[in-house]
Amino acid sequence: MSQTHPTVNPFAEAQAGRPTGPLVQGYEVIIGFETHAQLTTQSKIFSRAPTSFGAEPNTAASAVDFALPGALPVMNKGAVQRAIEFGLAVDAHIAECSVFARKNYFYPDLPKGYQISQFEIPVVQGGKVEFFLDGEKKSVRLVRAHLEEDAGKSLHEDFIGMSGIDLNRAGTPLLEIVTEPDMRSSAEAVAYAKELHKIVTWIGICDGNMQEGSFRCDANVSVRKPGDPLGTRREIKNLNSFRFMQQAIDYEVRWQIEQIEEGKAIQQATVLFDPDTGETRAMRTKEDAADYRYFPDPDLPPLVISREWVETTRTEMAELPRVMAARFVRDYGLPEYDAGQLTQSKAVAAYFEAVAVGSKQAKLASNWVMGELSRRLNTEDKAIEASTVSDLQLARLISRISDGTISNNAAKQVFDALWTGEGGEVDAVIEAKGLKQMSDTGELEKIIDAVLAANAKNVEEVRAGNTKAMNALVGQAMKATKGKANPAQVNELLKKKLG
Amino acid sequence: MALTSEDIKRVANLARLELRPDETDRVLGQLNGFFSLVAQMDAVDTDGVEPLAHPAAVLGQVALRLRDDIASEPNQREQSQKSAPAVERGLFLVPKVIE
Amino acid sequence: MSTDLHDLSVAQLAAKLAAREVSSVEVTQHFLARIEQHASLGAFLASDSAVSLAQAKAADARLAAGERTPLLGVPLAHKDLFVTRDFPCTAGSKMLEGYLSPFDATVVGKLAGAGMVTLGKLNCDEFAMGSGNDNSAYKPVLNPWDRARIPGGSSGGSAAAVAARMVPAATGTDTGGSIRQPASLSGITGIKPTYGRCSRYGMVAFASSLDQAGPMAGSALDCALLLSSMAGPDLDRDSTSLDLPVVDYASNLIADSAGGTGAEGLKGLKIGLPRQFFGAGCSADVLKAVRSALAEFEKLGATLVDVDLPLTELSIPVYYVIAPAEASSNLSRFDGVRYGHRAASYGDLTDMYKKSRSEGFGDEVTRRIMIGTYVLSHGYYDAYYLKAQKIRRLIAEDFQKAFTQCDIIAGPVSPTVAWKIGEKSDDPVASYLADIYTLSSSLAGLPGMSVPAGFGAHNMPVGLQLIGNYFEEAQLLGAAHQFQLATDWHTRRPPGI
Repeated sequence: MSQTHPTVNPFAEAQAGRPTGPLVQGYEVIIGFETHAQLTTQSKIFSRAPTSFGAEPNTAASAVDFALPGALPVMNKGAVQRAIEFGLAVDAHIAECSVFARKNYFYPDLPKGYQISQFEIPVVQGGKVEFFLDGEKKSVRLVRAHLEEDAGKSLHEDFIGMSGIDLNRAGTPLLEIVTEPDMRSSAEAVAYAKELHKIVTWIGICDGNMQEGSFRCDANVSVRKPGDPLGTRREIKNLNSFRFMQQAIDYEVRWQIEQIEEGKAIQQATVLFDPDTGETRAMRTKEDAADYRYFPDPDLPPLVISREWVETTRTEMAELPRVMAARFVRDYGLPEYDAGQLTQSKAVAAYFEAVAVGSKQAKLASNWVMGELSRRLNTEDKAIEASTVSDLQLARLISRISDGTISNNAAKQVFDALWTGEGGEVDAVIEAKGLKQMSDTGELEKIIDAVLAANAKNVEEVRAGNTKAMNALVGQAMKATKGKANPAQVNELLKKKLG
Repeated sequence: MALTSEDIKRVANLARLELRPDETDRVLGQLNGFFSLVAQMDAVDTDGVEPLAHPAAVLGQVALRLRDDIASEPNQREQSQKSAPAVERGLFLVPKVIE
Repeated sequence: MSTDLHDLSVAQLAAKLAAREVSSVEVTQHFLARIEQHASLGAFLASDSAVSLAQAKAADARLAAGERTPLLGVPLAHKDLFVTRDFPCTAGSKMLEGYLSPFDATVVGKLAGAGMVTLGKLNCDEFAMGSGNDNSAYKPVLNPWDRARIPGGSSGGSAAAVAARMVPAATGTDTGGSIRQPASLSGITGIKPTYGRCSRYGMVAFASSLDQAGPMAGSALDCALLLSSMAGPDLDRDSTSLDLPVVDYASNLIADSAGGTGAEGLKGLKIGLPRQFFGAGCSADVLKAVRSALAEFEKLGATLVDVDLPLTELSIPVYYVIAPAEASSNLSRFDGVRYGHRAASYGDLTDMYKKSRSEGFGDEVTRRIMIGTYVLSHGYYDAYYLKAQKIRRLIAEDFQKAFTQCDIIAGPVSPTVAWKIGEKSDDPVASYLADIYTLSSSLAGLPGMSVPAGFGAHNMPVGLQLIGNYFEEAQLLGAAHQFQLATDWHTRRPPGI
């Protein structure tokens, strides 16, 4: 095996024919991601110590995690199970046989002096992550996702001139997910990260807690003039919030363009984002970091995954967001965009489906969930689980629109009432507020005759072909029905009577 | 091809070893002696031969054993730090780590 | 009566203990005295009579309670490469001076569970790297047959202690011959089982894909008794441990020997002699002893056939690329952070690493870390490590071809008898070359043993190597046992012992 990491792709070929994104000062922005997702196992990847966050220093570590002489790794089935689930979720190939390798380097939070990772043959190969950006469908290709162990933590505070090493996190299972450099803007990068975050939390292999470092993103950023060969990239490490992610990438892009414009060459480097200054700064480079001396770990035979295991996992997995979205398009005739939005979280999707089924009006249900409901939730910063309007209530409300009982505007009033908690039952609220549309034509005709009698002048003008006068009559009629009439119906009757 | 003292310095640094100048020369001589022995390997035709990382693999594929995901190791900090050079408040102390 | 206790085999001691003719405490005291008496051999790095006698008392209690297991109450000592709770584990290195493990190696635990009493920890080459035991950071081990000579290595302390009857038996580890070669040069019996037969958990790792534990004792029968308790799956702790049922090797042998010296006891056994093991590289005195031992096997009904192991010579570079590569990585954990030696004074972190490691590791270990780091480093991996792993497969396949023509393979263990202390210390490559007959079976992961086969130059012992196919330890021990029923080489004692 060569010592160049496979994630360093033959970029040029990989990028041939990819659509470009918005240019920044005439430069094309090229972004690739490496994400470390901590897996939700009970025990560590190679030891039986618990994977607990925030325990007393070095109390959640075993002989294996301390790398004591004679200790040996034994693989956690739960970590493999989660890797398989991820592979299926992103439509990737699950390797029949993958290999654990040692990545050798010295660092105090790396107790063995090497990290057990996967190098040449990762467990998850290929795959893609699809999402919408401003209504446009994007697809980011994955190179690989491999299993590896997390390192411990170095604490720099409180010790004069010294650092304290805590190995509780050492050996926590990670899935490192690597993309092709397929993203063309910071917005697209963030959209990708959010989609990936959605997938891993949706299938439950990662708790997604970015503050605690359960979902850590590194962004490889480079810029080039369209058509030029790819520029030198710098890697922004540990972007642990979506907001910082966009800031950091935007800053990095501007910085790189400045350098190039000033005629300076970009040096490959690893940089950190400082949220306080909003700037990225190069890390102190380990001078021999490049030479990791990867070789297959002789303590661990190859990881063999039977097709049976993959298939059982497939059948036992919850419906994936993209599958559910496709079903919404197929079964409910929703536009892809709606389907994508409605599968942002399991809760939203479930709520929508209940409303769609209950009201038999999928598109209306989609409009209400994505429109009125999410507007309300956002302004009050509530999760859909906390919605005061239940899915059944909304379903009933929508059926009342579709059966003509109430108008759209009336429905909004009912929704308000339900939201603020006055009255529980939809029909009761409609009654109480007297929002029912007038459907009895006999009664409506009487009112209209009265209106015609009272507005002889307008009638004359209408007959003379003045449409304004027609509108005036409609308005009068609606006023007379206190808005309960169906405007279309009124129009119809007037036309008939004025022949 | 013979190693140079530059190679020795590079490798010693990778391995976090510090060789005295006289050691560097001695090790350089010994390693060059050794690698002339290793050169014999070039004569063997290994085209299409799979590397053998695990002895038992000659008998067929060896598969990694997987254990159930159960956390059963108790806190063993005290016993595990018995032989630690420097510990404070349960943390291993090292010269400041700069990033 | 207890004066000749040390002349008894493990089997005989076990019988006396079972018959309550002697107590484990008495036996233990006797051997502790022997350890004192022969301390100048340098075989021991640690002993603690209080700990040993407490274990002996516990064994006596089990015996008194009527328990009868084959090894109950019999003492032994462990190579200092096995971590132990009750004794420090140094691996023969300054790096681990005074290191106390919070757990026992699986092999140590199994033998303790069988009721064996631990007499202490045995000297070895630093991190098991060496073939003369002159690479111990503490002291060299002297060969009981000639104190001016090396006992072999890396399990030299184990070999010398058994040869001098300071212990009835000992554990050893074998990565490229470290059980077989010292057994041969010190005139005792030792077996390296199939790779994965004994758990590696708690063995300080040298080369993970080669390391294997095994017993060293006075006879094949004693080795069989120990191996039956040492071997077996360790599925929860060692991913390379073989998932095969434990075999009672000893009872097989006793069954075989029912008729005493079974004339024709080995009828039908085909012994393959690799041409490459009997060439000019092997000194005449060794070849003479080996040939006459093989003649004995023929008398016992075995037939000898010539076989080929064409890559035998290549096993030296292949082994000395693979083993150091794995070692360079395995020894990275010795960084002065969590345990082990930390330099007294240092500057920054990198300086602490470099000073601690350079002070903690001896010359041979440093040399192998350098070799291993180099062959894995950028641009050299394919030419060295990968190439070696490919030839390793060819070597293993050659053995499988050979085993289509024979049941076991036999030859010398070492091209010469034990050499003078210091004779090869300035020429590492020369001592690498002396491993030629043990490396290939280690690379293939095959079981191999050394059986006393007579004496060569300077009246130094010569061992016969027997190599079996995978999992065929029982067959090897059976053949060796029949040979030992017919010969008395294994009962000879060094002068003054």
